[in-house]
Amino acid sequence: MTDLIRLRKISTRRSAEGSALALAWLVGLFAWVLVDLATGNDLKSGFVPLGCVGVLLLTAHIVVRWQAPYADPVILPAVAMLNLLGLAMIHRLDVSNQKLADIRGVAAPTPDVYLQITWLAVGLLLFCAVLFIITDHRRLQRLTFTCGVTGILMLFLPLIPGVGVEINGAQLWIDLGVFTIQPGEIAKILLTIFFAGFLVTRRHSLALINRKVIGIGFPRAKDVGPLLIVWAAALLVLILERDLGTSLLIFGLFIVMLYVATGRRGWVILGGLLLVVSSFLAFKTFGHVRIRFSVWLDPFSQATDNGYQIVQSLYGFANGGVFGTGWGRGYPQLVPFAKTDFITSALGEELGLTGLIAIILLYVLTIERGARAAVATRDQFGNLLAIGLTTAIGLQTFIVIGGVTRLIPLTGLTTPFLSYGGSSLVANYILMALLLRVSNSARKPEDSDLAVVGLSS
Amino acid sequence: MLALIANLSYIQFFNSAELRHKPGNQRVLLAEYSKQRGPILISSDPIAQSKTTNDALKYLRTYANGPTYAAATGFYSFVYGATGIEQQENDVLSGSDNRFFVDRLQQLFANRQPQGGAVELTINPRAQKAAMDALNGRTGAVVAIDPSTGAILALASSPSFDPNRLASHDTTDMQNYWQYLNENPKQPLLNRPLAMTLPPGSTFKLVTAAAALESGNYRADSTLPGPASIGLPNSTHRLGNWTHNSCGYNDKTTLDNALAVSCNTAFAWLGMKLGEDAISEQAKKFGFGTSFAVPMNAATSVFPSGLDKAQTAMSAIGQFDVQATALQMALVGAGIGNDGVVMRPFLVSQVLGPNLKVLENATPQQFSRAMTAANARALAQMMMHVVDRGTGSNARIYGVAVGGKTGTAETSAGSPAHAWFVGIAPAVNARVAVAVVLQDGGGATEISGNGLAAPIARAVMQAVLDK
Repeated sequence: MTDLIRLRKISTRRSAEGSALALAWLVGLFAWVLVDLATGNDLKSGFVPLGCVGVLLLTAHIVVRWQAPYADPVILPAVAMLNLLGLAMIHRLDVSNQKLADIRGVAAPTPDVYLQITWLAVGLLLFCAVLFIITDHRRLQRLTFTCGVTGILMLFLPLIPGVGVEINGAQLWIDLGVFTIQPGEIAKILLTIFFAGFLVTRRHSLALINRKVIGIGFPRAKDVGPLLIVWAAALLVLILERDLGTSLLIFGLFIVMLYVATGRRGWVILGGLLLVVSSFLAFKTFGHVRIRFSVWLDPFSQATDNGYQIVQSLYGFANGGVFGTGWGRGYPQLVPFAKTDFITSALGEELGLTGLIAIILLYVLTIERGARAAVATRDQFGNLLAIGLTTAIGLQTFIVIGGVTRLIPLTGLTTPFLSYGGSSLVANYILMALLLRVSNSARKPEDSDLAVVGLSS
Repeated sequence: MLALIANLSYIQFFNSAELRHKPGNQRVLLAEYSKQRGPILISSDPIAQSKTTNDALKYLRTYANGPTYAAATGFYSFVYGATGIEQQENDVLSGSDNRFFVDRLQQLFANRQPQGGAVELTINPRAQKAAMDALNGRTGAVVAIDPSTGAILALASSPSFDPNRLASHDTTDMQNYWQYLNENPKQPLLNRPLAMTLPPGSTFKLVTAAAALESGNYRADSTLPGPASIGLPNSTHRLGNWTHNSCGYNDKTTLDNALAVSCNTAFAWLGMKLGEDAISEQAKKFGFGTSFAVPMNAATSVFPSGLDKAQTAMSAIGQFDVQATALQMALVGAGIGNDGVVMRPFLVSQVLGPNLKVLENATPQQFSRAMTAANARALAQMMMHVVDRGTGSNARIYGVAVGGKTGTAETSAGSPAHAWFVGIAPAVNARVAVAVVLQDGGGATEISGNGLAAPIARAVMQAVLDK
């Protein structure tokens, strides 16, 4: 019996998760203190807020131990690390704003970092709630169409007059009186569940091949319907909400899940073609898309107007160089939206290429762990769900970091876990809870007692 | 994700230097402002230095006697960038010069604030002050050079501006002042001694005289025709003397006397005899056609080409399309006063590290040999006669054999002329060569060169010679 307990402990690796979380928290604390040190701020300013964050992370860890003991031990520490780095950078930018206000002799703006920590609390509480309520991810499959309908509703909610508000030229927010939320972030999760549920039932017919071209099988014409519908929805988001990022994310997500469900490269090619067509149409039709493209191709000739953000962002990256200026020693406040869309460039300036590669590797680690959970899951729905959730995070990260580094045209999306923004943070923690739920079932022995007996005999 | 990392490596490693030096990248300026910029020195006294402040930009650039030295220092503004030495020697002053590598390492390890290096100028403060005082706000320029080295002793532009108000942290005042400077028709921000080219008028006769002597066909006492006026080939225009009289008995004069009384007809005739090529060649040897970096880039002075006879005659007396900077005319004087050798002009005598250790001493460089020593001395002698008994009487200094040449240049008929004076003192083995130009000086006669410009040259030469 002692043998049995020991084996079970090794297989869950919950203590490793705890230690990694503690380490992440310490790094976050050091980052915060370094910001205060470099900017001449009160060195103890981070103790209370980070103390709260510590308690929240500990709570989350305990809930994972209790509700999902077999879940992957790396995912939560990795995203917590990202979140803590984001907090330190938001705090750093708060300090800059404060200083600027002092110089101008105006009232200092409310620091954003405390609000972000509040959202973190909401996010982690919902993270725990999801782990409590959804004890088995397969139950979500029954909600496939509910999720689909709610997801679509959420996606287009900001368009309803009186509910939606326009911020910075995009119609993505809804006003709840006290604060605004971005329902698109929640829609991302709901649609992932919907895609997973839908593709599980339809994957066999979708995998049927009509004809082969250069060895690649293409689907039957009558099966192309769902792809076209998602494409149309994504286009509508682009046209009505002017949100290039979400549009790209949803379409990309569906293509990847379609490919995983059917194993047919033909879908990817078809999706790619549709993407090219819609990009071309959007370029021809919409001024704002054209501007994005021209800024992408040559930002320096419009450095003072349309290209200002991206040029400032590139200057930030360049100023950081390989090792960065160090916390609080660069000028990330010069980049517009440094706390939200451009937080990567702020981090790139102060932590340098090395720091950013570490951050990207944290995402890679999260994605790899998510993919591993997907592969190990015994049910098709869980497999697709995990792949979808992982893809959503990976794609979003790629789109936004690629955008601020001018690898691809700039689209407005938040950087998961790093950016300032409540909806995004809360949604991504819910997403992680679902991923851990799938991971838990993937790693859980079919019948734990039997498995352990099998091992020991 | 690999693509992201590859792209980031490109931006942050391979392309970062280029991005950092893009114009409009505020970060570089901000970084410069966060460390103490080195001073600009004259005779070891700072004329520009950065002082600590309590506001956002940690240091305030202040200029002692700002307007006096503005043509040399330029300005250093957070909003409008930098000019003059502030711009040209920015790497040294900001401390980013590669020669400071060891200093930077020391600062890093000692955790001291990084500091910029210092730049020492060749300016003679007495000469500079004399030039600015003598200009007294009139529109014009003065350049004084040490003929034996090429060191610039005075670089004056008038009306001047106060670089303090452009380096100010009071942005409203700075903007107002900037607007005022840019809307001022007298262009205070124009660096007149280096950047402004004007027809040099009769001072160009020095170049024509030099070409005549160098041709071997003429000596100081050679006889030239000097009637009251001469007709120009293929032209109805008659070129006359400013006196409306002939330059000597029986319409004849010597080369020496022709220079002393600034005889237009004699030099126009000489110009046609020598031809475009000879004069052009001589002008090039004095520096025409060359843009000198002192280190600020001076405008290129021009002797035109493809001239017909009449145009050659007009060019020989510094009219038609001849254009020269004050610096260029000072170089002509300097070459004559230095036995025919023209030295490259320079403004920076020393570059010092943050610890005021000398990193670089300027080494005088020969630009060209414009004349043989004998011819140069003969021409210097002729210049003495200009001051002794010719048109340049106002440049006389008691006890010093001053050489000079007056000039008045018309830009177009009817508009006020520019008054010029080129002086060397003492005329042989000169210790100072000076060029003065007053724009729109007034009356269109040689009198304005002597009346307006010569006293300024005299004051500057006196200041250098300490007489």
